[in-house]
Amino acid sequence: MSLLEIKNLHAEVEGKKILNGLTLTIEKGQVAAIMGPNGSGKSTLAYVLAGKPGYEVTEGEVLLDGENILDMGADERAAKGVFLAFQYPVEVPGVATMTFLRTALNAQRKTRSEGELSTPEFMKLVRETAGQLGIGQDMLRRAVNVGFSGGEKKRNEIMQMAILQPRLAVLDETDSGLDIDALKIVADGVNRLRSPERSMIVITHYQRLLNYIVPDVVHVLAKGRVVKSGGKELALALEAEGYAQYVGEAA
Amino acid sequence: MADVTPIKTPAEQALANAYTGARDRLPGKGAVAALREDAFRAFEARGLPHRRVEEWKYTDLRTLMRDLYPLAAPPDAAAKARTKEAGNVLAGVGCRRLVFVAGVFVPELSDLAAEAGVSIGSMAEALAKGDALVAAHVGKTFATDDVAVALNTALMGDGAVIRIASGTQVARPIHLIFAAGSDRPSAIFMRSLIVVEKGARVTIVDDHDSGGSQENAALELVVGDEAEVDYVKLTRTNALHVASLMATVGARARFNSFAFTRDGKLVRNQNFIRFAGEHTESGIRGVSLLRGDDHVDTTLLIDHAKGHCVSREQFRTVLDDESHGVFQGKIVVEPHAQKTDAKMMTRSLLLTDRAEADNKPELEIFADDVVCGHGATAGALDPGLKFYLMSRGISEPEAEALLIQAFIGETVEEIAHEGIRTAVMNAAIEWLGRREW
Repeated sequence: MSLLEIKNLHAEVEGKKILNGLTLTIEKGQVAAIMGPNGSGKSTLAYVLAGKPGYEVTEGEVLLDGENILDMGADERAAKGVFLAFQYPVEVPGVATMTFLRTALNAQRKTRSEGELSTPEFMKLVRETAGQLGIGQDMLRRAVNVGFSGGEKKRNEIMQMAILQPRLAVLDETDSGLDIDALKIVADGVNRLRSPERSMIVITHYQRLLNYIVPDVVHVLAKGRVVKSGGKELALALEAEGYAQYVGEAA
Repeated sequence: MADVTPIKTPAEQALANAYTGARDRLPGKGAVAALREDAFRAFEARGLPHRRVEEWKYTDLRTLMRDLYPLAAPPDAAAKARTKEAGNVLAGVGCRRLVFVAGVFVPELSDLAAEAGVSIGSMAEALAKGDALVAAHVGKTFATDDVAVALNTALMGDGAVIRIASGTQVARPIHLIFAAGSDRPSAIFMRSLIVVEKGARVTIVDDHDSGGSQENAALELVVGDEAEVDYVKLTRTNALHVASLMATVGARARFNSFAFTRDGKLVRNQNFIRFAGEHTESGIRGVSLLRGDDHVDTTLLIDHAKGHCVSREQFRTVLDDESHGVFQGKIVVEPHAQKTDAKMMTRSLLLTDRAEADNKPELEIFADDVVCGHGATAGALDPGLKFYLMSRGISEPEAEALLIQAFIGETVEEIAHEGIRTAVMNAAIEWLGRREW
C-alpha cells in the first residue's frame, strides 16, 4: 500500500516555477532515492512536502495515507508523521536542545492525543538515541545546532528523526559536507530506523550515500518532474554517465 | 523677558493646583519645603515635557497626559486589602517585603524584622522630621533639570528610606512593592532613597504595579565604594508610570540594574547614573514586552565621570500589535575619564508591521583613551528558524514563544539572583501565554 502519493505537483518559489507536474508514489516501508542535477527541484520537493512558507503549490496534490496535506501547516504535517532532515540545519540561539526536543515531541504527541512523556522516560530516550549517534552530553546542553560542526548538525537531524519516529522521513542531501566516517555514522542511524512502517525519501546528488543507505527504488528528477525510475542499479548508471541525457542539452 | 509662555494644558493646570492645594500638608518644612518650591518653579517655567524637548521627543507627555487624577488619599483598609496579590511575581523567592499602597508605606504589611546593618524607614516620616540621611542625599544624587523629576520633588509624598551600613552583606533581597490599591484613578508621587555604604552588598527589587493610577516614582540610589548592588525594577501599569532612577556609584563598586516591563500602557523609565569613582563595573540592562497600544520609553543618561570603569548597556524589546517602544541611551565620557570601557546595545523584535521601535543611541566622549561603542537593531522573527521549529511539530504560537524567550533570554540571564531571574522569565512566559492568535 502506498504511504505517499504525489500527483501532478506544480510549485513555484518567488514566482519561479520549479516543480512541473511531478508524480511519484512511495510505498509503505520503502526507501526511495531521488537523484537529479542541480536545479532539478529536489530540495523544492523536500520543502513542499514539509510545508515551508513561500513554496507555493499551484496545481496537484500530495496525499499521505490518502489525506491531502497541502493545506496543513508544517507543524500539523510533522504531527502526521512527516519529517524533513534539513540540508542546512539552522542554528537556533537561545533555545536549548533538550527544550526543543521535548517541546517538539510533546507537541506531536499532544496533536495525536497521546500523553506527554515523563521526564525520566524522555531523558532515557534522548540519552540512548544520542549515544547511538555519538552525540555527547555537551552537545545536548548547547542551544540547537549552535557551534555544531557540519557533521554534528547532520547527526543532530538524525537524532531528532529517531526521537520523533516519523512515518515519512525526507532526507535532503544528508550526505553533503560529511566526511566518510561521519557519513557512516549518519547512514547507520538512518538504517536503524528502516522499518516496514516507515518510508524514506533520500535526496542526494551522488551515488556515494546509496552505498550506505541502499534504496529500494531510485527516481531521477529533471526540470521538476520524475523522468526515470528504476532499481538501485540506476544510481550506479547515473554515476557513470552523468545527468546530461536528462537535462536536454548537455550541461 | 520675551519668553513665550504657552497656555497651560488641563494637566499642567491641575498639577499646579495640586501642588498649591497640597503644599501645606506635604511632609517636610524648611529646607524640604524650599526644595519643593524650587522644583515647582522649575515645572511652572517649563510645563510638561513635549516632543520639542529632545529628551522627551518620542514620549510627548504634554499630549499623552490629558489630565491629572486627584492626588491619592491615604489607603484605607479596603485599599490595603485590594493589594494582597501585589508582589506575587516574586512569591517563593524569599525576599523581605516592604509594601506601599497608594504611595504610602504600610508597616503592617511589611517585613520589618531587625537585621544588623539594615535600617528601613518611611520617606514621609524622614522628610517630616528632617532626617539627616535624607537631608544629605535627596535632590543631590544626580543633578538634573528633568521636569518629571522636578514634579516628583515638588509633590513627593512617601517612599522607602533604606540604609545599608558599611560592610553589611544583606542575604535576603529587599522587595519594594508599590501597589495602587485605590479603586479610583489617582495620582501618586513617590520618592525613595537607598544608601548602600562602603563594601556593603544588597539586592533590591523595585516592583511597581500602578494599576489605573498615574504614578511618578523617583529613586535616589547611592552606591558606596566597593559596594555591590543588584537593582531590579519590575513595572506594569494600565495608566501612566514615570520612574526616575538617579544613582551615583563609587569606586571599585559593582552595580547591575535590570528593568523588566510588561503590560506598560504608558511607561517612561529614565535612568540617570553617574560613575563617580574609578574601577567600577556595571551592567545596565532591561527587557520590555509590549502589546496593544503600549508605549514604553527607556531613557538612559550614563555619565562616566571617572575613568577605568566598565559599563554594559543591553536592552531587548518585544513589540506586538501597534505598540511603541522607545530607547534613548546616552553615554557621556567626561574629560579625564580615561580607560572608560562602555558598550551599549539595544535590539527590538517587531512581531507586527504596525509596531514601532525608536532607537536613539548617543555617545558624547570628551576623553581620548576610551573604548566605547553602541549598536541598535530592529527586526522580525526569523522565518527560517520558525519553520525549523514548526517542521518538528511545534505549533506557530509555541515556536514564536520559544524564539521570543530566546531573544530576551540572553539579557534575563544576566540577573545575578537565581530566584529573581527565574521569576522574571516566568513573568515573561506568562505574558507570552497571553498572546492572541
